[in-house]
Amino acid sequence: MTPAMDLDPATRLVALVGNPNSGKTTLFNALTGLHHKVGNYPGVTVEKKEGRVSVDGRLAFTLLDLPGTYSLHAQSPDERVATDILLGRTTHTPPPHLVLCAVDATNLERNLYLVTQVVDRHLPLVVALTMSDLAKDQGVCIDARTLSRHLGCPVVPVVAQKGEGLEALRQAITSVSLTNGHRPPWCATDALHREWESVRDHLHRVSHVPLPLASHEAIELLSSPEALAERTDRHDPALASLLRASVEKLDYLGIDRQSAFVESRYTWIRAVLASAVSSPDHARARLTDRIDRIVTHRVWGFLIFLLVMATMFQSIFSWATIPMEWIGSAFEALSAFVTSMLPPGDLRELIVHGAIAGVAGVVTFLPQIVFLFFFLGLLEDSGYMARAAFIMDKLMSKVGLHGKSFIPLLGSFACAIPGIMATRTIDNPKDRLATILVAPLMSCSARLPVYSLLIGAFIPGTLLLGVFSVQGITLLSLYLFGMVMALLMAWAFKKTFLRGAPPLFIMELPAYRLPSLRTVLYQVWERSLAFLKTAGTIILGVSILLWALTAYPKVSEDAPRSAQLEQSYAGRAGKAIEPLIRPLGFDWKIGIGLISSLLQREAFVSAMATIYNVRGPESTGDGRTVYDAMRDDRDPSTGMPTFSVLTAVSLMIYYVLAMQCLSTVAVVRRETNSWRWPAVQIGYMTALAYGITLLVYQGGSLLGWGG
Amino acid sequence: MRTEIVSLSSLAPGESGTVQGMHGLARNARQRLLEMGLMQGVRIRLVRRAPMGDPLEIHLKGYRLMLRDSEACSIFLERECTI
Repeated sequence: MTPAMDLDPATRLVALVGNPNSGKTTLFNALTGLHHKVGNYPGVTVEKKEGRVSVDGRLAFTLLDLPGTYSLHAQSPDERVATDILLGRTTHTPPPHLVLCAVDATNLERNLYLVTQVVDRHLPLVVALTMSDLAKDQGVCIDARTLSRHLGCPVVPVVAQKGEGLEALRQAITSVSLTNGHRPPWCATDALHREWESVRDHLHRVSHVPLPLASHEAIELLSSPEALAERTDRHDPALASLLRASVEKLDYLGIDRQSAFVESRYTWIRAVLASAVSSPDHARARLTDRIDRIVTHRVWGFLIFLLVMATMFQSIFSWATIPMEWIGSAFEALSAFVTSMLPPGDLRELIVHGAIAGVAGVVTFLPQIVFLFFFLGLLEDSGYMARAAFIMDKLMSKVGLHGKSFIPLLGSFACAIPGIMATRTIDNPKDRLATILVAPLMSCSARLPVYSLLIGAFIPGTLLLGVFSVQGITLLSLYLFGMVMALLMAWAFKKTFLRGAPPLFIMELPAYRLPSLRTVLYQVWERSLAFLKTAGTIILGVSILLWALTAYPKVSEDAPRSAQLEQSYAGRAGKAIEPLIRPLGFDWKIGIGLISSLLQREAFVSAMATIYNVRGPESTGDGRTVYDAMRDDRDPSTGMPTFSVLTAVSLMIYYVLAMQCLSTVAVVRRETNSWRWPAVQIGYMTALAYGITLLVYQGGSLLGWGG
Repeated sequence: MRTEIVSLSSLAPGESGTVQGMHGLARNARQRLLEMGLMQGVRIRLVRRAPMGDPLEIHLKGYRLMLRDSEACSIFLERECTI
């Protein structure tokens, strides 16, 4: 027997598996601290998290956090990744040397189902009993020793949030023997066992499948013989006839092949639990019960849901603006510093107006991303997210999606990129695609600067009923409008080219628990970093390009920047598209704004600032703000204001619906693995934006609102 | 005690029953429900329905699961008399 410590710690791979909501992530964070990196599995869009764990100050092993799964009978891309790595079916990740299984102590029976499947894999195994403090509180008494004897592996109770049991767990992982083979603990009925053995042996001997994998695949084949069609050895006539004979025999005996395998595992689990666990008759979370009575109530439930949403938006829209201003002034100071250090010229312009302005444009949104993911993290970790799905599922089912799609759509309010990334939890590819396609219709935080500029300039700040400002209501309406359009389009897609069977919606409602601040903050940290990376790199390049488009060709050194802009490539393009956007009520200056924000919406604001030759909405350099400049601007030929309230509203509607975001295009391309879907998305969104804006502006003009 | 076989979706909130079988479900739905513990002989309680009537929250094996009416009406159980 090789003791585990003999293997080079740098290459020693431990896979962490567990059910969703089993406290796996908290355990992962507690074990690895900040020493982890996040990436993607090649070819698929499932997040890969790896961390290094030290014992006694020395690197002991690498911990790989596999996506949460209820079973190794995978049904979603996430679960397939976990299953394939555990079964050694992939080439991108070597099979782990050891498996660490997170088992929720408050939900032992169902969590142990996955454990029995992992045991079949014949890999060294350590079980961590998570949330064992909660189990104790509920009066559940678990004899870890007895459990360990039955499972044939170490069982360590932990309270990851408080760090209890982690040392024992690390020791168990490093000292468990790497060669201890397990025998499948559960036993199928005689007839089933015989057929299973013969299929397994055939796979092992003829198809050369390693024995543990052959055991697993024999079960898969016997429970659903149609799975044979997806195998590489599907043309093996001996396998096909063996399988057919086995299936016939079992069917003749009246054995339900699909349920028989699942049932034999559960029968074994129940026997183990009877000897290792004692729990009171009503061991259930009373607090969760009481909370749910209110949270899922037909009146209070919706009110609480709205309140939660409102708080989240309040945090994004008002609290986040404070750090946003700090970041803004820091960048302003930086560009002032660079301006004073460098001689005037193209280089200074490039750095100040291209690079710094571009980076500032992205980094300014970081506080909103941080706030959103902080809130989403709290909701997820506390268990509320599942209730939100429970409440909203009916509504989502009307458009052919399910409650799980609601969460990515909610996330898209901050930024469609993480929202689209969050669609990975949706099992059905068509539902996932429909959710991805409509996600950018949800008003993201990059639209906020555009909305606030236009609302600030053109919508009166009067109060309705003394509390609700017309500006606030306008903002809310824009968000609602985007949401309604997203649902309508999802419905249209599900009715046409994404038509399919109604999606499966089987989801656990975990017990409420106090969210772990650590887990939430880690998530915020990971997401923020991903946001800066995805958006920052592309946008830095693009903003330099856009700067060049506005800076060349040169007019003369002392011409005002607005004149320069008018003569630039961007200005010419703005004038060139004027005939096209005139029916929408937009002139060439707005055209420049549209073009400069094709790749990044918030660029509209800086384009307006440049056109009107002021620095930003808050700038008071000469007492004039962009608001004043835009309000005072008149069409030289007619003397009419360039912007009417109707123009501003049309423009905002255009921004609600138009794609205008290169980063989203890049993410959709990555998530769908083809250029087809980003193309479809850009196409339908542009058509929608143009069509509806045209309708609103022309309709409004007819009604005489244009003046 | 008098018993009758009904579908899960016809239970009233608070009522319990013992699973007798599933009929007419897609293979993957059936597989997932089995793995989640919904199998013959298991006692489940309908905890509540969502505010808009669907989905349903059920209690089984010490935990809570939500599923839609469309699946629930294919799950048959022996209703327990609650008198």
